[in-house]
Order: sequence, then C-alpha cells, then structure tokens
Amino acid sequence: MRQTLAIATGKTLLEILHRTGRGGTAFPGLVASKMDPHILRALTARLPSGSAMVIGTNGKTTTTRLVATILTKAGIKIANNRSGSNLIRGLTSTLLAQASLKGRLQADMGLFEVDEAAFPQAQLEIAPRLILLNNLFRDQLDRYGEVDTVRRRWAETIKKLIPGTTLVLNADDPSLAYLATLAPAGVKAVFFGLDSPANTLPVLAHATDAAKCIICGADLVYDAIYISHMGHYACPTGHFSRPVPDFVAREIKLDGTNGSRFELQTPTGPLSLELGVPGLYNVYNATGAAAATLTLGIAAQHIQAGLADFKSAFGRIERIALSDNRHLLLALVKNPVGFNEVLRMLTTEPGNQLKLLVAINDLYADGRDVSWLWDVDFEQLAGRVEWVRTAGLRAPDMANRLKYAGLAPELLNWEIDLTTALRQAIDRLPSGQTLYVTPTYTAMLQLREILQKMGLVVPFWEE
Amino acid sequence: MKLEICFLYNDLLNIYGDRGNIITLTQRSRWREIEVNVTNISVGNRIDPSKYDLYFFGGGQDKEQYAVADDLKGEKSAALRQAVEQGAVFLSVCGGYQLLGHYYRPDDGPELTGVGLLDAHTVAGSKRLIGNVIVQTEWGTLVAFENHSGKTYLGSQARPLGKSEVGYGNNAEDGFEGAVQGNVFGCYLHGSLLPKNPTFTDHLLKLALQRRYGPVELSPLDDSLEWAAHNAAIQRARDTR
Repeated sequence: MRQTLAIATGKTLLEILHRTGRGGTAFPGLVASKMDPHILRALTARLPSGSAMVIGTNGKTTTTRLVATILTKAGIKIANNRSGSNLIRGLTSTLLAQASLKGRLQADMGLFEVDEAAFPQAQLEIAPRLILLNNLFRDQLDRYGEVDTVRRRWAETIKKLIPGTTLVLNADDPSLAYLATLAPAGVKAVFFGLDSPANTLPVLAHATDAAKCIICGADLVYDAIYISHMGHYACPTGHFSRPVPDFVAREIKLDGTNGSRFELQTPTGPLSLELGVPGLYNVYNATGAAAATLTLGIAAQHIQAGLADFKSAFGRIERIALSDNRHLLLALVKNPVGFNEVLRMLTTEPGNQLKLLVAINDLYADGRDVSWLWDVDFEQLAGRVEWVRTAGLRAPDMANRLKYAGLAPELLNWEIDLTTALRQAIDRLPSGQTLYVTPTYTAMLQLREILQKMGLVVPFWEE
Repeated sequence: MKLEICFLYNDLLNIYGDRGNIITLTQRSRWREIEVNVTNISVGNRIDPSKYDLYFFGGGQDKEQYAVADDLKGEKSAALRQAVEQGAVFLSVCGGYQLLGHYYRPDDGPELTGVGLLDAHTVAGSKRLIGNVIVQTEWGTLVAFENHSGKTYLGSQARPLGKSEVGYGNNAEDGFEGAVQGNVFGCYLHGSLLPKNPTFTDHLLKLALQRRYGPVELSPLDDSLEWAAHNAAIQRARDTR
C-alpha cells in the first residue's frame, strides 16, 4: 500500500514537472523515497537481468553513457539515469519515470551512475551484479571530504559485497587496486588499464593524491604515469603493485579534440576500437566501458559500434556550430585532475593560439570552495593563449589565478554575467575558429540555457 | 634582494589549494625583482634554521597529519624554534596551524604533540566548520574559505589574527580567527588566502625580507585584479552565510 502510494505520487510529480517544462529530475524521487524508504530496492529487484553501477570521481557520466550505448546496440533495454542526477533520489526518479503504476519496469537491466557519497547506500538498495570503478581523485572537499575519507567509505562497502558480484576496476589507480584486495571470497575482480609509452607524463603533477603506498606510506615508484596518480606503479618495499589487467588499451592515437583510436587487448584476442570523444581520460572511460560490457558477455561488434557512434554526455565535451564556420567546444571542469586533462587536450590541439572562456561558479554543485583552482596547472597555458575571458560568480578569482600562472594581464578579461561574457567571447571569435569553453557544473547548465535561447542547443532532458 | 622560502611537507600537506600561497609569494617577489628560492622539506629532510626567511605550512588529511607530527618530534621542532628566534616568518594554515600549537587532541587515538611556536591548542570538534569567511585584521579585511573540524583555543602568549565578521573562526565560540605570536601566523584560511589578500601578503614579504635586510619598502604593483577577486569573494561570503 505504502509502496503503491509512493510510486503513484512520484509519477504524478514527474508528469507535472515535465508538462511545466522543468527538467528537475531529483524531486519526485526524493518525495517517493520519503514515503517508502526502500522504494529503490523494490523497483530494481524486478529487473530481469539485474543492474550495473558506475562509480568514480571523473568520467562516470561519460562511462555510464558509453556502457548504455553499447548495451542498446546489443538490443538490451536499459533503465538508466541519463541526466547526471546520481544521488539516491535521482536514481529513484529515473526508475519511477520508467515504471508502470504497479511498479513494473519496461527494461531488461538497470544501469546507474552513482555519486561517490551515495555509493554505500545505492549498493545496499540496488545490489548490482557488476560495479565499474573508474578512478578516485580529490574532488570538492567541502562536499565529499578528503580522498582518504571517500576511500574508507568505499572500502566498507566493498568488504560487504555479496558473492557473485563482479568488480571491474581500473588497475592503473592504486586506490582501486587496493580496494579490490578487500573484496570477500566469491567476488570477482576484473582489471583494465593502459599501456601507452607515447602518452606518459614526465613527473607526477602537483595535485596528486594517491601516489603513496596505502599500506606503508612509501612513495610509489612509477614506470609510467598517464593521468595524475594513474599509471604503472609499485610500492618500493613490495607491499603492493599494479595488478596485471585483463583488458589493456594499447597503440593509443589521440586526435586533438576530435577523438581517438586504440587497440584493446582482451582475454579472447585484440579488438580495434575507434572512439568519438577526445582526450586520454576518455580512453580510460572507453576501456572501462568495454571491459564491463565484455565481462557481461556482450559481443565485440556491439562494443566497436557503440564506441564509434557515441555522443558525449551533455556538456562534458560538446562541439556546437556557430555562424561563419566557427565552433564552440564545451568541456566541463569539476576538479584539478579533470581540469588538467582538459588543458592537456587543448594545448595539444594543433592550430591557432587558444581563445578561451573559463566559467567558474561556486554554488553547492560546483564546490563552494574555489581553492582547487590553485591546484590546477594553468602554468601550461603560458604561450598557448591568444586571450582568455573568465566568467561566472568567481570570474575575478579565476582571472587572478591566470595572472599568477604567468599569463599577461592584457590577455585577461573578466565578466561575472555569463550571457554578456559568452556574447562578447563569440563576437571576438574570428571566422573559422573555435572558442573553447570550460565551465564548472552549474555554469555549464547556465551556459547551455543561454545557448538554447540562442537556438544553438536542445534542452538536456529531451536528449 | 633574495628570499628563501621553505615549503613544509609540500607532498603530504597540500590539499585545499594551499600551494596558491607559495605561488603568490613567489610571483609578487619576482615582479619586484626579488630573487626567490623555494625548498620543499618533508619527512626525513633536515632543516637548516639559518637558511630560510619564510616558512609555509599547509593543511592535509588526518593520516598525513599523524605522519607529519611524528616527523616533527625532536630535532625538527628544535630547528623550527631556532628559526623563529632568528626572525623567520611562519604562515600556517589549518593542519599546519594546529601542529604549530602545543597539541591536537583527537576524539579517539593518541594526542598529537605540536611544535609549540604558537600558544594554542586544538581539540577535535563534532561538526565540520565549512564556508566562506571574512576576517577583520590590523592588515585590513581578509576573505577566505574555512573547512575544519578542529577547534583551536589561544593561550595568553598568542593574540588572534582577527575578528570573524563572517564564519566560525578558531572554535565557533569566541568570534576570533587565527593566531599571531611574534612572526608566527596561524589560521584556518584557505581560498587560497594570499592571492586575493595582497596587503597581508606584502606584510609577510616585508617581515621576511627584514630578517636579512632590515626595514624594506616594497615597490607598488598593479593589484586591480587581486582586489576585484577580493571584492567578489566578499560579496559571495555575505550572500552565502
């Protein structure tokens, strides 16, 4: 009775919100789970092929979408949270939208992107058959706490997994390799990683969190560093080292902001893969998605087709056409590692000096503390920039950061109002060129709304 | 002129973007043609107390804080005390601030012994104190971001850095933020603190240069961007608290 009422109320709220044109995804789920705290368990228990879950600091929305695209190619009908609403209430809303009034889902399988902090509760409620763990970086300290705190919370969840669960883990991330050692008997661990001498970093970047042995605290020794603390590592005193991955991305060829191609070595032979989203970090996301779906028994052809056809998750990396053969490239930035990787991709882009719009807000979803901007290595922009306009609630802070990174003040301009800043940046953009826009989460939502008013993008809940 | 900076435990206590303070001290010196040298000192390294003019000691995670407290025992603490006697300037933030006091008492587990450069002690609190802060000090208004659960109480030798206009401050009880004792400064101010509080930054630089060169005047810089960042942050602090 309680459950039926919760489902009915949730569905009604969803309907009203949708009709009034509001994309708010979490509220109906919040109300329904207040009425019945185990509503999520009741809904997911009915999925015939069970559920899979994606966890990680960076790239979980993209990775979830990659997995979704592949599963859809394979003809599997999935229930998933597409719009990045990844707390318990968002997950509940997702399922309510797809359930009948009796709580039946028209899907074979659930696929969920889960917030770092919501992982323990989501795991208990959903009991997924497969969990894909991407990476663990420092992120919004005011919201999530320190990396150690998040890792401890995840460790407690991993220790209690039920036998039969499969973990798909990034072997290149020491935190995740360590977590795998905590899994109880009967939990299978599958590893993926990179092997790409052409894409290594010379030294560990400043904002590196997990480059120490979790057992003895000694500095890990690296043969190869790919992103932040991810690479080929070992504890110098032999406490632990990178597990040998089951799935390895090799022969990686990055093509600027366009995409990449690589070869995936699998237990059943090599697979040649093409990826429609750019950057080394997306090679990690794609390798994780391929490892997870191959582990689920999906045929290679669907993985190849899914990765090649993939369209980026909204705002993560989006290319938008402007007038006069000009383009706007939108790349979401959330934390030091993510921002560093976006900068690495932009500075390797061939062609003109960069024209940048950096939009920084400090609302709850962005992280209210902008200290993290000082952990990003903007110093790599020196000499690669024609001009930078900063925007958003912390526009002057951001411009000041760039000044201290060694960019000449005359290249810098700030404007808090996003509409004005975007208009001015587009006006200054010469024909045939690209404006690179790197917004934080809420700035990205606002910029998309502005672009939508200009008739350039569609609202995300219609995608 | 030349400035020697010591970055204490840069590899362990480097969260919350505290490196912004080092970047700011370095750039504002270089823009004035003052030569700067930054030395990272971590676990196992020795400190030459006569070498450095300015020490920076940032915040970190609990586990790292234990490792640092352990390393600070004995010889290193003695070296830091000698440095203070020789006129060195200290800026400590969060974890570093706590460790420059007498002790940190956690909820459970052993007490961490501090260096004792500040007459202050810290006890674990139950609530995390997070948000934008505005502090009124003798070097003008400071704007920053706090994120701590430790509550710090000052003894008679230390005076507060300033009065909290917005924010919890040292202990969410007495309305004060930070501590000053001679040339030793401690506070809970992230943000990073120095980039958007240029008056305070230049005060620290002058104090540090004084050690070698006696009273110095710093040439003025164009700080319009710094003040724009400062003012926007003040506006956000008032809007959000």
